[in-house]
Amino acid sequence: MTLLALLSGRGFQSALEPAGTHAARIARLWDIFLIVSVVVWVLVMIALLMAAFRRRRAQHDETAGATNTVSIATGITAVTLFALLVSSVLTGRSIVDKTAPGALQLIVTGHQWWWQVEYDDPQKSNRFQDANEITIPVGVPVNIQLRSSDVIHSFWVPNLNGKQDLIPGHDGTIQLLANKPGVYRGQCAEFCGLQHAKMSLWINAVTPDEYAKWLASSRQPSKIPSTPEQRIGQQVFMSSPCPLCHTIQGTDAGGKTAPDLTHFASRRSIAAATLPNRRGYLAGWIVDPQHLKPGSQMPPMLMKQGELEPLLAYLESLQ
Amino acid sequence: MRIRGIVLLAAAAVAALTACEREERRFREMPSAAGRRNTERLVTLVPGPYTPDVRVKNPYERNAFAISEGKRLFTWYNCVGCHANGGGGMGPPLMDDRWRYGSDPENIFATIVEGRPNGMPSFRGKIPEYQVWQLVAFVQSLSGNVPKDAASGRSDDMQARKQEQAVPDIKPEREPAPQP
Amino acid sequence: MSAMDATPYALPNSDAEHEQLQEIWAPKRGLFSWFAQIDHHSIGRRFIFTAFVWFGLGGLLAALMRIQLAKPNNTFLSADQYNQIFTMHGTTMMFLFAVPVMEAVAIYMIPLMVGTRALAFPRANAYAYYLFLFGGIMLYVAFFLNMGPDAGWFNYVPLAGPEFSPGKRIDIWAQLVNFTEISALTVAVEIIVTIFKMRAPGMSINRMPLYVWSMLVTAFMIVFAMPSVMTASNFIGLDRLVGTHFFNRAEGGDVLLWQHLFWFFGHPEVYIIFIPGLGMVSAIIEAFCHRRIFGYTAMVMSLVATAFIGFGLWVHHMFAVGLPQSGQSFFTAASMMIAIPSGIQIFCWIATIWMGKPNFRPPLMFVLGFVAIFVIGGLTGVMLASVPIDLQVHDTFFVVAHLHYVLIGGAVFPLLAALFYWFPKMTGRLMNERVGHISFWLAFIGFNVTFFPQHKLGLVGMTRRIYTYLPETGWGPLNLLSTIGAGILALGMIAYVGNALYSMKWGPIAGSNPWDGATLEWATTSPPPHYNFLHIPTVSGLEPLWNNPENAPVVTGLATDKRELLITRMLDAEPDHRFVFPNPSIWPFISAVSTAGMLVSLLFSAWALPIGTVIVAIFLTLWFWPTTPKKEGEEPPNDGAAEAVA
Repeated sequence: MTLLALLSGRGFQSALEPAGTHAARIARLWDIFLIVSVVVWVLVMIALLMAAFRRRRAQHDETAGATNTVSIATGITAVTLFALLVSSVLTGRSIVDKTAPGALQLIVTGHQWWWQVEYDDPQKSNRFQDANEITIPVGVPVNIQLRSSDVIHSFWVPNLNGKQDLIPGHDGTIQLLANKPGVYRGQCAEFCGLQHAKMSLWINAVTPDEYAKWLASSRQPSKIPSTPEQRIGQQVFMSSPCPLCHTIQGTDAGGKTAPDLTHFASRRSIAAATLPNRRGYLAGWIVDPQHLKPGSQMPPMLMKQGELEPLLAYLESLQ
Repeated sequence: MRIRGIVLLAAAAVAALTACEREERRFREMPSAAGRRNTERLVTLVPGPYTPDVRVKNPYERNAFAISEGKRLFTWYNCVGCHANGGGGMGPPLMDDRWRYGSDPENIFATIVEGRPNGMPSFRGKIPEYQVWQLVAFVQSLSGNVPKDAASGRSDDMQARKQEQAVPDIKPEREPAPQP
Repeated sequence: MSAMDATPYALPNSDAEHEQLQEIWAPKRGLFSWFAQIDHHSIGRRFIFTAFVWFGLGGLLAALMRIQLAKPNNTFLSADQYNQIFTMHGTTMMFLFAVPVMEAVAIYMIPLMVGTRALAFPRANAYAYYLFLFGGIMLYVAFFLNMGPDAGWFNYVPLAGPEFSPGKRIDIWAQLVNFTEISALTVAVEIIVTIFKMRAPGMSINRMPLYVWSMLVTAFMIVFAMPSVMTASNFIGLDRLVGTHFFNRAEGGDVLLWQHLFWFFGHPEVYIIFIPGLGMVSAIIEAFCHRRIFGYTAMVMSLVATAFIGFGLWVHHMFAVGLPQSGQSFFTAASMMIAIPSGIQIFCWIATIWMGKPNFRPPLMFVLGFVAIFVIGGLTGVMLASVPIDLQVHDTFFVVAHLHYVLIGGAVFPLLAALFYWFPKMTGRLMNERVGHISFWLAFIGFNVTFFPQHKLGLVGMTRRIYTYLPETGWGPLNLLSTIGAGILALGMIAYVGNALYSMKWGPIAGSNPWDGATLEWATTSPPPHYNFLHIPTVSGLEPLWNNPENAPVVTGLATDKRELLITRMLDAEPDHRFVFPNPSIWPFISAVSTAGMLVSLLFSAWALPIGTVIVAIFLTLWFWPTTPKKEGEEPPNDGAAEAVA
């Protein structure tokens, strides 16, 4: 979250600061439309104000002149619109998903109210799951298959591309191609219920080397607890309701309805990118999630004396 | 104008009788400690005269949101693994009139929390108590024992059976009263 | 009486006729008569008043939303409350205010503007009003009982479906749609028939005022668009209450079916709201620049073209759904093309103002404000028509900004202008001009301060329908600015409404034609008598009151002992036959009550359908029961067209 603070709240969820190829092309098209629109509006306003406030000379029949002017204006409007149409269609063609060799395949499934991320691979043993935070290499196209497990969501990371809806019963796709390393925020953009407002995600765009390192570590099962406190914490985890919903690879916890926690501690946020992944927030999230995100599907956990601290220590060890 | 006001009040009064509880959405129910008074007494041999416990009402019986949550949890906690969609499989059916361990809400609650002989696991400490009540409400709706306007509609899935709001009232077979 | 004598078409020595007409057409006093009233003036007034009550409630809801969004992580409203409130705001404004108020003004003004005594099917008109009223009451009673719909005003499935929206909230929404669409369709039919068949002799189709044209086009759009949303809402009602699978992919339905059905209605809906505004603007520019609107034929063609093209745009609401790209391009082209007829209209208006003598009263100020605001909305609309740009700004506050620019700029500002303009005709008094100007500037400035920053908010990532946002996003300052603007806008609206309410009782008395307007409604007293015109005028040009109306022939010979009107032919308005209109009746009100009862009971039991149908059928039968001849509904023997007297 320190990274977040450094970014001082600007630009990391903005369509006007593109960091990917698709978003850059859209931003260029936006500039064209914006300039044309401003010019048109200013001209119309000038005409209107002149019409309203001009000094009126003696009446003579101006209808012929008016007919010409209106016709010319209409013609210019039509031509301008046609030009905008052409530029829009061309840009649309240029950002359509292209099959590229070496593209990464991801499957993102939308849930109420979090993002399930699967890193696909031709070799099944290399596949793994994550949640709410996606790491991608810069300069490599990433094809994302979009699915929904319940209602319609929409995947939108403005710095990288436009949005695509996740529709149950339909498989959508979206392609990302980051140009510079950075951290970009996304948000669900189709109203999906109570906590639609708090269904966000982070995309880490890193250099290909860092990505390879990250990938190797992510494919590993969870870290074995190394201190006594962490071991107690793991026992607390396994004996609580947690394993009924969460998975931690390499342990008996195999629940499929909640985010995968195998590498939980390497994430910068919790609760679908709406809270920092720090001890205080994590404790609050475990004990009383309905206060932080009312209606979310994480139930409150009653922790006995001496259970919460070890549990937190264990979760923090899941790098 | 006054007539309109009276009409409005009358309409509100009528609707008030039907709306309040069904439409509530309560998210922040605190879980309580395990092993407590909501659990039905399993044995009627007690010192002194036996008096049956006060009937415990399911707080969610008339709440549409809770029944719908119960339906979600029925799949999420894998009740479907043994009970299928209510028709039973490894476990007994839940949508008929035979209630082996009692059909009152607190019986169903005890079944879930304590487990039962012959294979029903005990979910004590694994499912928070308010979610158990939501599951109880859903199980009651499978045999039509909740108000029809609170029962859920069809799922967005392949249709395995009639949706709960269309299930006829299936009165449980009367269990013999416990003998002291 | 003397006031009537001062109107241009009044013949001398008509006092006896006036009294007889007054006797036949004026409503009786008493509570029962109030409910049996079918007079288009009183139904129109009730409609306008009720629509503005919903407007006020919708505005209050908006104020609540803006307070919640003024700062990040605000706790003024909970998530559930906010979701209900934004849904109620959209549903109220779109279904209960925007379309009904436009129809309501038409109910009052169309018979006056086309020169007849009544609106066609007056009893159905009353039925439509009561159904509209009961639908709104149902919605707000539900809202106050925590049963308000909460899935957005366009209610996407599967979120709004049986699995993800438990309880009756969405069912209330679906039934509200039934109420308002039955009401809207009924009024649309009445408007079409009035305009086609009841115009004053000589008002051929190319001499109709542009406002009348706009309402004709709107009414046809309603007839073709509303059935789509009724289908959608009844499908979702069936899915939720009966267990059908229209939107269940697993059993052969599809989630996208909802979106297509809804937006096939939804896009024409916004033109249904906007086109009457265009008509109003034409009426006001004509009156306040004292010049015929330039390019009458082009203006009419633009209205018709907008309506037609408007039906071919709906997929631009679905660009993010994953439809084939070539199909999307078609809708981009159509969505941009529709800017051409709107552009033609704006150019013609500017030409009219250029060549006329502008009189900067509040109605004209609101119209100038309309041009400024609507053009911005139209330009952002062209941006949204482009698929790549839309993929970035769809479902963000950019769209919220766009839709308010076109709806408030394109419909509400013309509406406020038109109500100021026609206020003296409806009430006999003038609204205060100074307060009118103040309310305009407050509304104009407030509106822009509220909504212009929202364009930027959408571009920097703020999605729609979120009850809060994190401080790190940096959206706080612009949201606070937007909330302050909302306060100013609210002040402007309150000033306007306050002005209207005060002036109804204590405003300066207006004559029959305070603005020197050109069209027929100014040819009778303010307010008009219940029979509108002592003698039906005849028309020989586009601006009857500017072309020597005192010497125009009028129609005499219509009966004064029953509610007789003249029916004319559709294209050239030649007199065709006389027709007797019905007397006031309580059956529309009772039928509306029983229809409302049936629709509300349907939420709880399927038995409401057979039982309710029978009851409603009984009341409809009593309504349509033929009465003995010579009382009403029977044509007198055809003794030729009524005479015209110079």
